[in-house]
Amino acid sequence: MITIRGLRKAYGGHAVLDGVDLDVARGEVVALLGPNGAGKTTTVRILSTLLPPDAGTVTVARHDVVRDPAGVRAAISLTGQFAAVDSLLTGEENLRLMARLAHLSRAETRTRPAALLELFDLTDAARRPVKTYSGGMRRRLDLAASLLSRPQVLVLDEPTTGLDPRSRNALWEVIEDAVAAGTTVLLTTQYLEEADRLADRVVVVDHGRVIASGTAEQLKAQVGAAHVELTTATGVERVETDGSVPDVRRILADVERRGLVVDRWQVRTPTLDDVFLTLTGQPAPQERTLQETR
Amino acid sequence: MTTLDLTPRIEAPRGGVSDTLALVGRCLRRSTRQLDTLLLAVMLPVMLLLMFVYVFGGALDAGMDYVDFVVPGIILLTAGYGAATTAVDVATDVEGGLMDRFRSMPIRATGVVTGHVVASMARNAVSTALVIGVGLLIGFSAHASALEWLGAIGLIALYVAAMTWIAVAIGIVASGPEAASGFSFAILFIPYVSSAFVPVDTMPSVLGAIAAWNPVTPVADTLRALLLGTSVDGSTVAAALAWCVGLLVVTRIASGLLFRRRR
Repeated sequence: MITIRGLRKAYGGHAVLDGVDLDVARGEVVALLGPNGAGKTTTVRILSTLLPPDAGTVTVARHDVVRDPAGVRAAISLTGQFAAVDSLLTGEENLRLMARLAHLSRAETRTRPAALLELFDLTDAARRPVKTYSGGMRRRLDLAASLLSRPQVLVLDEPTTGLDPRSRNALWEVIEDAVAAGTTVLLTTQYLEEADRLADRVVVVDHGRVIASGTAEQLKAQVGAAHVELTTATGVERVETDGSVPDVRRILADVERRGLVVDRWQVRTPTLDDVFLTLTGQPAPQERTLQETR
Repeated sequence: MTTLDLTPRIEAPRGGVSDTLALVGRCLRRSTRQLDTLLLAVMLPVMLLLMFVYVFGGALDAGMDYVDFVVPGIILLTAGYGAATTAVDVATDVEGGLMDRFRSMPIRATGVVTGHVVASMARNAVSTALVIGVGLLIGFSAHASALEWLGAIGLIALYVAAMTWIAVAIGIVASGPEAASGFSFAILFIPYVSSAFVPVDTMPSVLGAIAAWNPVTPVADTLRALLLGTSVDGSTVAAALAWCVGLLVVTRIASGLLFRRRR
């Protein structure tokens, strides 16, 4: 559904994308995971016809982003990093406008906005101007606008950044419904949990290149086995384990024999965080403040 | 819960004129939601008119009743205020990501901007009518024939359109709504150094030279002659039309290019 080959983009001599290759099959959910400045958003913007590539080819639903941008636009829906809705209009008016612009049938233009408002728990706020909405409500309206057109490919650039856990879960459920109905999804995220939960495949990007790709489980397996983590006054010691009770008991007995004073200990299985750290050499991004995001 | 069809559409139909109509409707609706901005855009020119006529007017010798001299100038100033709103609206769309959403949809690229321009024309029609109405009430002696009124309205529309397209370009280029507002504020000053408020020959020589070349001068002179039913040089009319049409064409093309430029 999406094919990216040798994609390059540079700004003022600085390569943001340095030969990205990516395939997303029909109905697949792929998460682009990477630190800030890795090139995730640039990839999304090129894919959405907002930015021309310097080199390489990108096709979406068999339409080339350079030669046939109109064809690409007819197949996709973009949810960018900012809630792209009109603050002065009501939620209902926003969706009606988007329904008309998405060229839905007359019947769908009438019924779909209300159904989506209900789905996103915005029915009570439907007739209020969007400027009175909370950040979470704006984000939900934004995604509702993206789902109005029943896109073949849903492109989500950090869809749940700044959302509370409840809204995030609700959003994930709707995305999963759209996927179950056959929608292809490419999302970028700074939340490893999000990639773990939604994506069939996680693609790790760093410095404009794809450095790893696979299911969350495959990536975790690359990082290695589970280990016992011992925090002492002088540092953290990691001892590999198979995670069984006898093995953990053996490790702890060994600690006692060495006379090591351990403040805390835990058994850790690799998380996507560890994958991130191992692959990119830096810790997973923490939640950024709004200021930094801009 | 209502059952909602999320099955992908194979191909969405392409857009046309209906896209632009929907986007015009959006911007007209926006105008009615910004009552404070709307009121300011409408009331400010009227206040300026009253101030120029009653505060400054007594001390100014324009060679005719000052109210007759200044009403056409205020009309042109009004267009600037109307356009400033457009610059801010366009910049808000760009900053908020709405422009990106529109640009990633299968719609006419120019429709988004056309929506803002049509809304600006509509707002200006209201505020210009108010300025002329108040002007007539305080003694503006319009002796224009029906044909001259038509000509005046046509010229005002052309000037408003040119100002609005400049505002659109500013809105696209500006780094945000505040910057757009600042830029358009600068544009508001252009009519002051022209024949809109005082005759050019009363200015110091340097300013007078600038004013003589200011595009607003031939437009103001032509508009004044049309509304008062007096005569005006053919060359002045030609200069007014050339400036308006020229600016309109250049800013329209520039806005189109800027809008499609992909960042």
